[in-house]
Amino acid sequence: MLSDQIQAKIDRELRKYPADQKQSAVMAALRFVQDEKGWIAPEDMADIAAYLGMAQMAVYEVATFYHMYKLKPMGEYTLTVCTNLSCQLGGVNETLLHLKNKLGIGLGEITTDGKFGLREGECMGACVDAPMFTINNKKLCGRLTGEKIDQILAELGSGDKK
Amino acid sequence: MSTPIIFNTLHFDQPWTLENYLKVGGYQALRKILGEKMSPDAIIAEVKASGLRGRGGAGFPTGLKWSFMPRNYQGEKYLVCNSDEGEPGTCKDRDILRYNPHMLIEGMAIAAYTMNVKTGYNYVHGEIFEAYERMEEACEEARKAGYLGKNILGSDFEFDLHNHLGYGAYVCGEETALLESIEGKKGQPRFKPPFPASFGLYGKPTTINNTETFASIPYIINNGGQKFADLGVPNSGGIKLFSISGHVNNPGNFEVPMGTPFKKLLEMAGGVRGGNKLKAVIPGGSSMPVLPGEIMMDLNMDFDSIQKAGSYLGTGAIIVMDETTCMVKALERLSYFYYEESCGQCTPCREGTGWLYRIIHRIEHGEGRPEDLDLLLDLCNNIAGRTICALGDAAAWPVQGFLKHYRKEFEYHIEHKRCLV
Repeated sequence: MLSDQIQAKIDRELRKYPADQKQSAVMAALRFVQDEKGWIAPEDMADIAAYLGMAQMAVYEVATFYHMYKLKPMGEYTLTVCTNLSCQLGGVNETLLHLKNKLGIGLGEITTDGKFGLREGECMGACVDAPMFTINNKKLCGRLTGEKIDQILAELGSGDKK
Repeated sequence: MSTPIIFNTLHFDQPWTLENYLKVGGYQALRKILGEKMSPDAIIAEVKASGLRGRGGAGFPTGLKWSFMPRNYQGEKYLVCNSDEGEPGTCKDRDILRYNPHMLIEGMAIAAYTMNVKTGYNYVHGEIFEAYERMEEACEEARKAGYLGKNILGSDFEFDLHNHLGYGAYVCGEETALLESIEGKKGQPRFKPPFPASFGLYGKPTTINNTETFASIPYIINNGGQKFADLGVPNSGGIKLFSISGHVNNPGNFEVPMGTPFKKLLEMAGGVRGGNKLKAVIPGGSSMPVLPGEIMMDLNMDFDSIQKAGSYLGTGAIIVMDETTCMVKALERLSYFYYEESCGQCTPCREGTGWLYRIIHRIEHGEGRPEDLDLLLDLCNNIAGRTICALGDAAAWPVQGFLKHYRKEFEYHIEHKRCLV
């Protein structure tokens, strides 16, 4: 079941679109579930399909087409690192190395305490702030240095290792 | 450059508020057209006179695009803003959304009045959530102050604007994929024709413009199209935002007149990092063919100058590479991007982008074969122009550009199994 909070948020989104176009809110609905649970399971897609009057398959298509949806748990804080050209030139390889060493995980993995997950992302449209990552698709942190990364991780609680 | 036109609120602590936008003459253009009951034809004439060409990459004349919308269509029509800025190197629209959201709202309201549209959507790139939130707040602020909604500024003009957040798909920057995405589907481009002006969002007539394009409109209405045109050069009217990233000391977005020498922009960005030698420049976002530094140093940043040199102005996103850059590694990453982002609909793109990436990957990793470079070019010729949307071309052009100017570096990689730089 979708929580009351999620239903209220979806209802707010639905007001943006024509009454007979409820499917337009599917991207937002998936995002709300992910924000609440950390990831999206097939059961959530079924709930969204029922709520918006869509075929389950149509929800699944959307969830698998757009990169920012997480279809498995990716840690309490998912760090998505852009590795595209401007970030590559801006030194993202060092950024990634620092993150991997600090967290003790590789791309696509989560720390053993489930606190942090690391993902590779595509161009975030903020290239002048390279290198960068997003935290849970919400906050974009740019112009990263080793020191800045340590500070961000410390603020998120823990940081050093495992 | 004198007073900025789009970045005209940047000197405030909170550049994005309605209060500050009003202080720099915000919403006067909207007030003017409503007060004078300016005719849609007169507005389109001004936009045509301004020489404004689409700022999203294709450079289509904005006034002409607006004139395509059916006038007497009975029923809903839509206006859409493409803020799905994901072309590597490009991040100018993000600064409009973050720092001058009301200028976008005003530009869209004027466009809506001109084309008799009541509903608009602004599709925002998924990764810049903070900019989306800023837009949501700005729209709410505009609604409360009577710049959006029913009876705008006491007139009978009605227009509301909603923001739709993307969630990580480069191809949604293609306008018909973007429409599919707003409809709640996979972002796969539509076959054209029909064009959006006749069959757009929810099958209704729709006009789609880029964020910067809309943001240029209030100035044109306030000052006349000719004045905007005169800021630039022939065939490239007005001012333009350029994003400069890569190997420069001071990466950033810069608002300058069209036709500004690249050399001057490079100076504004603090020059090449560490005093290094300039090697190569991608002048308009990652899809545009790369040009050698020495050619760029003599070029002006406008549509015609860049095209004569064999590339395109695109989105005006300049990626600077210094002498330490391995061109094979750079192209490998770009090719991976197009492979990853192909929507999978057209075979030449779906399969071809994978071929391109895998071949460049093996060259970079010391497993290249002498025949690979011709194979790459052959592949490019079989992708470009053979797909529904321009992502196929966008994947092929960088490969062709890199091989045109840096073929020797690729040959060295294949022969010596290592990098030249």
